Amino acid sequence: MSQTISRRGFLKSAAAGSAVMMVGLNAGGLLAVGSGDVVVNPFVSINQEGEITVVIKHFEMGQGTTTGLTTLVAEELDADWQKMKIDFAPADGIRYKNLFFGAQLTGGSTAIANSYMQYREAGAMARDLLVRSASAAWGVSPNQIQIRNGVISAGNKTAHFGEFVKEAMALKPIDKPITKTPDQFNLIGKLKLPRKDSQAKTTGQAMFSMDVKLPGMLYVAIHRSPKFGGKVSSLNLDDAKKIGGFVDAKPLANKAGVAVYAKNTWEAFKARDALKVSWDFSGAETRGTEEMRAEYTRLVDEPAMFNGLPTTKEAANIAMQDAEHLVEADFQFPFLSHAPMEPLNCVIEKTPNGVRFHDGCQGPSLVQGVVAYVLGLEQAQVEVKTYYAGGSFGRRANVNADYHVEAALAFQAYGGQTPVKLVWSREDDIRGGYYRPMSLHRAKIGLDAKGQLLGWDHHVAAQPIMKGTPFEAMVVHNGIDHTSVEGLSDTLYQVPNMSMGVSDFKSVIPVLWWRSVGHSHTAFVMESLMDMAAAKAKRDPVALRLSLLDQADAKGQRMANTIKAARDMANWKEGDKRGFASHFSFNTYVAVVADVSVKAKQVHVDKLYIAVDCGVAINPDVIKAQMEGGAGYALGAIARNEVTLDKGEVIEANFPQYQPTRLGDMPEIEVEIVRSNEAPTGVGEPAVPPTGPAIANAIYAVTGVRITDLPMTKAGFTFS
Amino acid sequence: MLYKLKVNGKAQEVEAEPGTPLLWVIRDELDLTGTKFGCGVAACGACTVHFQGAPIRSCSFPIDAVGDNEITTIEGLEDKTAKVVQAAWNEKDVVQCGYCQSGQIMSAVGLLKQNPSPSDAEIEAAMQGNVCRCATYVRIKDAIKTAAKNLEA
Repeated sequence: MSQTISRRGFLKSAAAGSAVMMVGLNAGGLLAVGSGDVVVNPFVSINQEGEITVVIKHFEMGQGTTTGLTTLVAEELDADWQKMKIDFAPADGIRYKNLFFGAQLTGGSTAIANSYMQYREAGAMARDLLVRSASAAWGVSPNQIQIRNGVISAGNKTAHFGEFVKEAMALKPIDKPITKTPDQFNLIGKLKLPRKDSQAKTTGQAMFSMDVKLPGMLYVAIHRSPKFGGKVSSLNLDDAKKIGGFVDAKPLANKAGVAVYAKNTWEAFKARDALKVSWDFSGAETRGTEEMRAEYTRLVDEPAMFNGLPTTKEAANIAMQDAEHLVEADFQFPFLSHAPMEPLNCVIEKTPNGVRFHDGCQGPSLVQGVVAYVLGLEQAQVEVKTYYAGGSFGRRANVNADYHVEAALAFQAYGGQTPVKLVWSREDDIRGGYYRPMSLHRAKIGLDAKGQLLGWDHHVAAQPIMKGTPFEAMVVHNGIDHTSVEGLSDTLYQVPNMSMGVSDFKSVIPVLWWRSVGHSHTAFVMESLMDMAAAKAKRDPVALRLSLLDQADAKGQRMANTIKAARDMANWKEGDKRGFASHFSFNTYVAVVADVSVKAKQVHVDKLYIAVDCGVAINPDVIKAQMEGGAGYALGAIARNEVTLDKGEVIEANFPQYQPTRLGDMPEIEVEIVRSNEAPTGVGEPAVPPTGPAIANAIYAVTGVRITDLPMTKAGFTFS
Repeated sequence: MLYKLKVNGKAQEVEAEPGTPLLWVIRDELDLTGTKFGCGVAACGACTVHFQGAPIRSCSFPIDAVGDNEITTIEGLEDKTAKVVQAAWNEKDVVQCGYCQSGQIMSAVGLLKQNPSPSDAEIEAAMQGNVCRCATYVRIKDAIKTAAKNLEA
């Protein structure tokens, strides 16, 4: 793995007395420059050979952080893109914290947004020192020094960065580095900057934690309860012992499963399957999906548990008393599995001081905190080495650090000396919980004869994601878990007389944020309602949306401009048989026009036009890729994905029952990035919310069938 | 049991239980980790390798059935078709998380070797078994077409 070697190379050359300039936070938390003693965990290192390594504090799950954060540093340094190297940050919740969360954690489409100035300033600080060093060495004034594409020059003198590293480190850095203005950008906004992870990932050389093998390591698969919340009561090893590579099996200390140890992955899976375990289901979920749906209906039939907006349900209904058009509907959403391509796994080993994880780690701070608690260590005794992650979509950022805890318990149960590699099978993944919660929305909106909104009455029943977690204080207000209603309670539409009730569904089935979190259902409901209202009032759906945005407000104006960009790109005309949806999430504005063809209920999405405003477009091609990928991820999910249960046991097992989007499903996609000099915002998630409703609205336009119960296969549609 | 294999042009001897899928021999015993585990039931294509030059799903291919046939993994790709495909993948910046891409590339190389100028429908048919959860499909298709064009030239 090139970046690992390069880091080791730095440390080695540093030890040998060769200078390495590190820019990062000093003990006082201020941006500083120095050797490894002053700056323990830097953002940027430059060695005397002129190699520049950017330490990536956010993991790479495909969203482009290695390219994005490297761009920020290379831009300020005016470095040669080809020579920039990357390395993943170790666990250090102080220096590498996400500035929005206060912990080392990637999520909420914030990697670039929170690092934008931090990584640029690190690059700018290094640049300033190099310029001043060159100026002193060459006896010219600093403003005569130029840096272009990694070459420092003045007149006929040229040098690479490494030649001034020693001198630069002896200078006092300026307190507040001066970063470029947007008109000075050479790399930021450049249409095509090759991804930093492309080469390794097209040759099979990229290292994922799944590829880690330590000497003497045992492979572990976990036999888990078939029903969520079951506890091990007894086990029988007889059949497992017949498996060739079987080593041992031990119940985890929390009784949530039995760790099966074997000499390789395959034998671990086989022995796990052969193991006979009896379970105590007294605290387990025993309902099936139909019973859960009935409970959801009961929840919205009754008064809401919590009210999230000042307008009461009664007031909203009074406002709609004389409505010319009423739109009322229930929308139902299933459990969804993230199903990242790399099944969950990690390796844990003993260190002289504690333990070390090898993991495609999304939240080192979470892992350190939870595992330290479980193993009775201090947080600093839990090291994390981060590898490329084979996708996440939210699954790897878990406040319970679930798979790390399993690995830690399995490691501990075997004596705490032998390295252990925990591997989940795809069945473990699809049946393993931490789903996007099921939800039911009951909504009613009223319009007057002119098609103006009079009121909106909305009741959401959902299983809260963050209640009972350490994030509760941040996310739950007045009883309402914001992740159940985001996008709805804070809509940019100017809705008069809007009431919003929320009721909590309760289950021991663990739920989690799934790419775009609450927006994955709120946007579907709102954008379907917009389409229904437009149809009833005989208004153009695009025009109706524009009329509901406050264009005197900065956010309203950006949303309107994004809507217009999609409309114009797709050459949208009133009366077109196509679908439209737009949504604001993660501070990013996205609008989608969908073209579908339907033959005898067989749907193909032909084309998506996606307009996005995410502030300064740092890597336009990465943004485009995230729009394509977000739309593709949403497509399979809304079309045909659901996790269902029978008597508490998950029915779907693997991809044949949980069919992901495949190449033949994929539409053509055209992306337009709205030009902006605003601070950059997220792109990993925001394409997901509007894609589903745009497709649903297109299906309605073509067939007259309104889809309110997901996945769309429930309405008899198939997809190809 | 001892098996003699020919992997990436090299003779290899491995100890494995009969019935072990080729995937796990390649990954856990031969340490060729570019070939990935995604589903274990031949439904995602992450484990695709070449068997006598043609793509197979190694997760569902028992070691006993390999015999002295030539196995090629992503690490062993070296002919012109493969290099052109990998170059097209880089040119189009196809990858996101990258976990499925070894399998995607093995399938694409297999396709272009057998059919140097595939139609859209033929690309779809050949690649339908390779899942990419990041949905990089638009670019996969684009890269295959680019590679086909470059191979022609």
